[in-house]
Amino acid sequence: MKKKKIYTDQKNTVIRIRGLEKAFEDYDVLKGIDLDLYQGENLVVLGRSGTGKSVLIKLISGLLKPDKGTIEVLGKNVTKTSDRELQELRIRIGFSFQASALYDSMTVRKNLEFPLIRNRKNITRQEIDKEVEKVLEAVGLSQTINQMPSELSGGQRKRIGIARTLILNPEIMLYDEPTAGLDPITCIEINDLINEVQQNYNTSSIIITHDLTCAKSTGDRVAMLLDGRFERVGTFDEVFNTKDDRVKPFFDYNFIQ
Amino acid sequence: MEKVKTASPPAPKPGPTIRERFTGFFADLYQVHLFIIRFFKEAFLPPFEFREIVRQCFEVGVRSFTLITVTGFITGLIFTKQSRPSLSEFGATSWLPSLVSIAIMRALAPLVTALIASGKVGSSIGAELGSMRVTEQIDAMEVSGTKPFKFLVCTRVFATTITIPILASYTAFIALIGAYINVSMNEGTSYATFMQQVFEPLTFIDFWASLIKSVVFGFTIGIVGCYQGYYSTKGTEGVGKAANGAVITAMFLVFIEEIVIVQITGWFR
Repeated sequence: MKKKKIYTDQKNTVIRIRGLEKAFEDYDVLKGIDLDLYQGENLVVLGRSGTGKSVLIKLISGLLKPDKGTIEVLGKNVTKTSDRELQELRIRIGFSFQASALYDSMTVRKNLEFPLIRNRKNITRQEIDKEVEKVLEAVGLSQTINQMPSELSGGQRKRIGIARTLILNPEIMLYDEPTAGLDPITCIEINDLINEVQQNYNTSSIIITHDLTCAKSTGDRVAMLLDGRFERVGTFDEVFNTKDDRVKPFFDYNFIQ
Repeated sequence: MEKVKTASPPAPKPGPTIRERFTGFFADLYQVHLFIIRFFKEAFLPPFEFREIVRQCFEVGVRSFTLITVTGFITGLIFTKQSRPSLSEFGATSWLPSLVSIAIMRALAPLVTALIASGKVGSSIGAELGSMRVTEQIDAMEVSGTKPFKFLVCTRVFATTITIPILASYTAFIALIGAYINVSMNEGTSYATFMQQVFEPLTFIDFWASLIKSVVFGFTIGIVGCYQGYYSTKGTEGVGKAANGAVITAMFLVFIEEIVIVQITGWFR
């Protein structure tokens, strides 16, 4: 499915990152990142494995604490919010994990209900069922409602993982390697799903990947993370056609149809 | 082409020195201390996960039930059988039910239950939470605006703290049945007489000490299993270490607590 042109409001920044630094022991992973995510856009963060892409979104969601710099999400500084404020903010952010992170001991239904029951006070059983059916329909997996995560394929697990984040109607989506470990057909299906989520749920997203097909088909903008900094930020074609010797090899080694 | 630096792990360092191990032990102790404080801070604030606590109580009970039944019965039977020759030398076999009941109520029932639960329940909690940690399920709970500590840790610690005293009482009951069978076969003592002799030497303090001991053991097994699993690292290797660490640490602490509680209850007798 070809990506529809989405209007992105460049005056409205939903995530603003300035001077972000993070080190693990004596290794500097992020060395002063500046980044803006605009309302309604899909921003793809490209980079080799181990360059700190996943670290970046874990910092945004408050799972990790930065060493330096500021991260503003929907107008709130993640690094300085209280636990309660952070918890409220997280409800507005959907996080799709690389390995889906479905709760093994719960059925698909229970997985989807879990965040809903705990974040919506006084929600009725009928409303819960309705929301669960709605998100399952959105990801095209209504038939899996009573299955356990272990009975699902890799692609289905990714979709249910995305459904679990959608059930809280997030304003921002963070995708960590959404197509990693999937066959090419399923990758295309996941890419289409990411675009559908952007259109139907009006989300702004950061998509972490090293899959160029995913970057091209889902990204409104692409940011290339190299050596702890963003070396190129622009449309896919702008970044792809760069003359920068440090960025070029990443694209040369990948094949895009 | 310039080589791109990646965040892959650095070359393995040499093992920790004695000084590093020593400071590491106290750092761990501090972390456990914070973990326990966090438990008390979060456990008594809403929302209360009653359903999950009941589910976990059921899990803890079911996991240990069969093993506790067999072990309790054999403990009572063997203890009585082994004690008989010594008492018969003094012609005091009639004291056997009293001796067995004191041993079972004061020490054996809570201790045997706690050791079995450390192996069955503690390891299971450590492995389960460890696996959830390494597969990012705990992170997933956190980013979805829920409180994983409350849902995973508080519920399991409550479950072990509630269930292990119940299991200890059951162990005592089963062990006394084992003892009765032995006594009945050798002396032909009736059930009523046996039970009368069992409860005769027991005091109020014995029951309370046994109950308090079981509660402390249950809390220890729960908190140690959860701590090991919740802060598990290093992938699948970490899950194994969490399970192993949960059993060893819990058993070690159970013995230490046994000594301390026996000493304290001794002052009240």
